[in-house]
Amino acid sequence: MNRLADHLTQLRTRGRKALSLFVTAGYPSVDSTVPLVVELSKSGVDLIELGIPFSDPIADGPTIQMSSETALRNGMTLQRTLEMAEEIRKRCSVPLVLMGYANPVYTYGTKKFVSRCAEIGVDGMIIPDVPLEESAEFQRLSQEHNIAMVFLAAPTTPDERLIQLDEHSTGFLYCVSITGVTGARQGLANQAEEFLQRARRCVKRNPLLVGFGIATPEDARRVGSISDGVIIGSALMKVIGNASGNHVVENAIRFITPIRNALDTLE
Amino acid sequence: MNQIIETLPDKTGHFGKFGGRFVPETLISALHDLECAYFSIKGDAAFQAEFKSLLQDYVGRPTPLYFAKQLTARYEKARIYLKREDLCHTGAHKINNTIGQILLAKYLGKTRIIAETGAGQHGVATATVSAMMGLQCAVYMGTEDMARQEINVTRMRLLGAEVIPVTSGTRTLKDATNDALRDWVATVRDTFYVIGSVVGPHPYPMIVRDFQSVIGRETKQQILEKEKHLPSHLIACVGGGSNSLGLFYDFLSDDVRMIGVEAAGFGVASGKHAATLTAGTPGILHGSYSYVLQDAAGQILPAHSISAGLDYPGVGPEHSYLKDIGRVKYVSVTDEEALEATFRLTSCEGILPALESSHALAYLEYLMPQTSPNDTVVVNLSGRGEKDLPTIIQAWTKRGQKELR
Repeated sequence: MNRLADHLTQLRTRGRKALSLFVTAGYPSVDSTVPLVVELSKSGVDLIELGIPFSDPIADGPTIQMSSETALRNGMTLQRTLEMAEEIRKRCSVPLVLMGYANPVYTYGTKKFVSRCAEIGVDGMIIPDVPLEESAEFQRLSQEHNIAMVFLAAPTTPDERLIQLDEHSTGFLYCVSITGVTGARQGLANQAEEFLQRARRCVKRNPLLVGFGIATPEDARRVGSISDGVIIGSALMKVIGNASGNHVVENAIRFITPIRNALDTLE
Repeated sequence: MNQIIETLPDKTGHFGKFGGRFVPETLISALHDLECAYFSIKGDAAFQAEFKSLLQDYVGRPTPLYFAKQLTARYEKARIYLKREDLCHTGAHKINNTIGQILLAKYLGKTRIIAETGAGQHGVATATVSAMMGLQCAVYMGTEDMARQEINVTRMRLLGAEVIPVTSGTRTLKDATNDALRDWVATVRDTFYVIGSVVGPHPYPMIVRDFQSVIGRETKQQILEKEKHLPSHLIACVGGGSNSLGLFYDFLSDDVRMIGVEAAGFGVASGKHAATLTAGTPGILHGSYSYVLQDAAGQILPAHSISAGLDYPGVGPEHSYLKDIGRVKYVSVTDEEALEATFRLTSCEGILPALESSHALAYLEYLMPQTSPNDTVVVNLSGRGEKDLPTIIQAWTKRGQKELR
């Protein structure tokens, strides 16, 4: 079993809800990312998704679009994202997943990318615009290098496809809470509930982590109660985007602490 | 080999290694539904009859194949014909596809239509057909394009469509497509996304090609009537590539040379161009694997063309395939050359072409000297130039309104 799957299964056995954070690499500044991730790893975070910036992020709402644009302006590339991952891995053992769109990965070389991830000690990858149908090469490489290949499932995914995704996904299954792009919105939990009940019925192998639009302790508590954990991205990017210099880490921790506490009430 | 080209894409939506379906999971089931619906209407007599009748009575098809006598006389080489897509209702070939897709939307029971637009022609065509069929319509358009295609913006609003300004990225067609996709990710249950070119995830490149292939079918019939033989050359401009593929498709197995003309902007060497097949590399943009303009790290580069409809850093996957197997030759001409071709056609044939179509016309300067009087060249005049008048007039004034020839 891969390290990520192992870690998440352990959490499940202990009854602890996973808290996963998405951080755009190089946002708000190139120097901010590594210290931020290292500090977060000491603050009750179970998983970090390091976002590879891309010029045309079609699954993302305005906040993550903006964070990607800024990161690209800061000179970020996939190469530099891998260097950050390497630095993070030297400094802490938090489970680490790289998340990014297909094109920079293809341009870098899929094979080179996955083997580099393995060398560094990255635990998994999420490529939101590579659905099951286009994933043969990624799946083969993920098995070869023992790196999790996490698939996404959405409210529009039919039952039989949920079962298929569960068969192919490794590490966890990323449940997209709502029909839409990333970013905070009202009434999230109610919309997510129906889908998550259905996903629970269909998905037997993988832990279910839920992302897109989760922004408050209340969102986290409600979504966490019907899943194995939550993923927070846009809301965190918003918090650190407004911070200057040293306040990035401070603001991030202040933001996630009540969310961690809300999840812990579910244990 | 040519025998099998027409059967593509394969079952998984690929043209050789190109194409596919690189989209977020949320859209996958909608694309499955679309594909199923499309295959069922493809063989459905009632659907095809309705489509055909609208093309005839609403669009004005068949469009003429006009023998350009004066233009032919200018070169004293091959006989030049113009396929007059500029005479379609709303002024360009775009509406052929729009009618097909909106009929498909009704078949699927969708109540809201969205589209992206660059030059505004696809947006106008979509707004027009939505108005005619009583459907709600929203069009995404980059603010850069809104500024240079003001008339089309107002026209879409008159037609009852909401024009949604796109301010992200390069503020042109690429970003309008991103935002239309994001809208669709959120509204996929009741919304149909009418893609305007042979781009996007499978099955769009196939559907758009099929709906546009009426251009080539008519051309074949018309040229056989007029000349009693097939043309030697077909020329069309390529942005995403719908008018060119529409013209080429029916001739793919024939002994006909085909040339796709891309926008070289300020020149390919300047880096400010939209010549994706000429100067790009394979990559993934807007849901398919195809040639794209990108930097060494896989970030999509901004395109440039004087023509908003060609100002796009991607191209349809079938074109990428046709390039790689050598079936179609892809070339490029600059903004300047396209403008000269605009002036030339206007003054010698009394036809004002769209700046997009002028790129195809401009290539005649290179092609004609290599042809003989026994050859026949068909140029797809994909749209009319009224929408470009501000740009054309500005350029004309700048060059001192010299005598044209």
